[in-house]
Amino acid sequence: MSLTILAIDDSRTIREMLRESLFNAGFDVHVAVDGIDGIEKLPEVSPDIIITDINMPRMDGFGVIETVRKRSDFGALPILVLTTESAPDLKERARKSGATGWIVKPFDDAKLISAIKRVCAR
Amino acid sequence: MTSSSDIRQTFFQECDELLEALNDGLDEIAKTPDGGGVDTETINAVFRAVHSIKGGAGAFSLKSLVEFAHRFETTLDEMRSDRLAPTADVMKVCLRSADHLATLVACARDSVEDTSGAGLELHDKLAALSATPGQAPVASEPFRATALPVDGVPDLGFQPLALLFEDLAPEPVAATYHIQFTPTRQLFANGNDPVNLIRGLAELGEIDVQVDTSALPDLELMDWAESYFSWTVTLRSAEPLQAVQDVFEFVDGCCNLVIDVQLPVPPPIPTEEGPIPDLVASAMTPRAKTPVAPTEKTAGQSKGTVRVDLELVDRLINIVGELVINQAVLAQRVQNAGLSRLSDVGAGLDEFRSLAREIQEYVMAIRAQPIKPLFQRMARISREASDMAGKSVVLEVVGESTEIDKTVIERLVDPLTHMIRNAVDHGVESVEARKAAGKPEVGCIRLTAAHRSGRVLIEVADDGAGINRPRVREIAVNKGLVPAEAVLTDAEIDQLLFAPGFSTASEVTGLSGRGVGMDVVRSAIQGLGGRVSVSSTPGQGTTMAISLPLTLAVLDDMVVDVAGQTMVIPITAIVETLQPRPGDIHRVASLGEVVAVRDVFVPIIDLAETFGLRARSGDYRNMVLLVVESGDDNRWALAVDSVRDMRQVVIKGLEGNYGHVPGVAAATILGDGKIALIIDPEEAALHARQQPALPAEPLAEEN
Repeated sequence: MSLTILAIDDSRTIREMLRESLFNAGFDVHVAVDGIDGIEKLPEVSPDIIITDINMPRMDGFGVIETVRKRSDFGALPILVLTTESAPDLKERARKSGATGWIVKPFDDAKLISAIKRVCAR
Repeated sequence: MTSSSDIRQTFFQECDELLEALNDGLDEIAKTPDGGGVDTETINAVFRAVHSIKGGAGAFSLKSLVEFAHRFETTLDEMRSDRLAPTADVMKVCLRSADHLATLVACARDSVEDTSGAGLELHDKLAALSATPGQAPVASEPFRATALPVDGVPDLGFQPLALLFEDLAPEPVAATYHIQFTPTRQLFANGNDPVNLIRGLAELGEIDVQVDTSALPDLELMDWAESYFSWTVTLRSAEPLQAVQDVFEFVDGCCNLVIDVQLPVPPPIPTEEGPIPDLVASAMTPRAKTPVAPTEKTAGQSKGTVRVDLELVDRLINIVGELVINQAVLAQRVQNAGLSRLSDVGAGLDEFRSLAREIQEYVMAIRAQPIKPLFQRMARISREASDMAGKSVVLEVVGESTEIDKTVIERLVDPLTHMIRNAVDHGVESVEARKAAGKPEVGCIRLTAAHRSGRVLIEVADDGAGINRPRVREIAVNKGLVPAEAVLTDAEIDQLLFAPGFSTASEVTGLSGRGVGMDVVRSAIQGLGGRVSVSSTPGQGTTMAISLPLTLAVLDDMVVDVAGQTMVIPITAIVETLQPRPGDIHRVASLGEVVAVRDVFVPIIDLAETFGLRARSGDYRNMVLLVVESGDDNRWALAVDSVRDMRQVVIKGLEGNYGHVPGVAAATILGDGKIALIIDPEEAALHARQQPALPAEPLAEEN
């Protein structure tokens, strides 16, 4: 059974790359263009994992994590943060807001996929 | 599936949009005096635009773009955090930086280096802006101040993280890791699962897991979100400590973790030892400077090749042939149904045809091989032959990179061997004779291959004495090939070399005179849909030329009617088509009926007569003349009743069932399912011309 992934990123380039990499790895991929869009798509997509960018219009990645964690239905979902910054304090902040893990952009497919597998129960 | 070039295209499209948003935003900010009351969302949008360009550029390893975008973004982040006021001077630098960013994007798109030289200066100016906080109040939110990329390590943000454990510990040594792991409630709150972590460890080697449940309270006292378990894992693994640490990368700070390493030999990675390693520091520091391995891999990808069973390719070629026929059938049916070529169906069919053509070309390209190995083999043959004949000959090779269908190359071995031996044996004179003629002692044979107007031309040219025409004529008369009183042109005498059973060597030599002659060469070449011709200049040498179709499968043809029969003529042979006026037709004693084409008399060959379909009418007014040209520049006008169509046909060999029919190259299946003969124009013409002088009966007897 393939994992369903909701990928949230405001960059079309990154969205397409994610869609391509994850589709090729056998995942069922859905994308959202910003935090609000992602939260709205949550019930419909019902993902096994969320991957989110940090810098986005309307609602950023921290907003996504905090909103999801408050929910009773999707609150325990693994959430991976895709970030261009790898500064330690940013990770600290992501962790404090409830991120399961993080991937530093630019990501390579193998690293991304292994991170997804690492946080998703089989 | 999207290809990476599609994504690259998307990236540059997005860059254009982002650059536009960036400029709009910067203009907006610049309009506001000293940035008073600028909408934070405008600054955020400007920041995000640069940030997104950086992110995408990183994915494509566009280094200079990433670097500059990162510098620019850092300055914009200062502005976003109110540490830098958007004064006129600041905005001037920002607008110029936006311009430079656009230049860098354009350079990246065209894969060229930026030569504007503006980068360094702007980079310094942006850095100077970030360094001096300016008149603006300092950061109100402390976390933003710390969230800034540290200036000392500006590379951190965009160096791809290559997981090169091998580099850290090149020699894997099995170590024993004792891992004590106690999650906090935060670990569960973040969606992590200890089971996944233990599975991650199990992937590294052999594990022994023990769970401590002693902290578990009574059921009624239990908080569902609290963490009560702790684990002790013993792992035996050849993986370095880093790999073990990586398993816990995401839960650092959400658990108590102690990793003890027991190495059987002196530790290969002493710097990373320690009971409680600083995960973040050890994860970041050694790898920040790691070379960009994945990128190099992509860039270094050379042209790959695949070994394919030749039979598969042959089958593919056959199927493509069927596809072409199928297309023709479909086109015919569409036409029969009264649909115009301009209709949707017609247009779709045109597309189909061009696609089928393209497939065919590529499939043929799969089989195409350079002729070099064949030529190398010929060099060997010529050495052997000259040794045996006691002659001194060098083989000069030209155009050995010419690509020809593999099957054609294989089937050229025998004819070409024969031609080379002939050239050594009969072409090049003995050393004495050469000396007497004032020629260099070493004879030269030139073997040439070239593509010429859709055909492959292979020539064997020697610098010998040339064809001894009186002798050839004498032999032919003696063997009854031609009547003693026949008047023959030089070209006709040369053609006699190809007559079955002809051999000019006065004594049979061990090389070429084995009772088989050039007739065998000719039929082999004809079997490939080709022609062989000969030309010679006394005292200077002889040239044998083989002209072959590029492909064995498909041919561009003109479909014509001849006395109620449908025939096809290869387009490559046709120079022009014309409808003669009565004044154009003349009778010339030596050539028979001729047509004047731009003041040159071209002999007329009535195909209907040639193939015995009807008697010559001599009236060409309502007929069409196709002027065809042979390899050696002879021209004939083939008379046909009408031209019907031009199309691609698939060649179906006839020789397997009928033997060689003079003037007929092969057959094909037309769109309406009928079979039509493919004419070899040159042979048909020669056959028609030779008929009076070279009747069929004596030839048959000779065999």
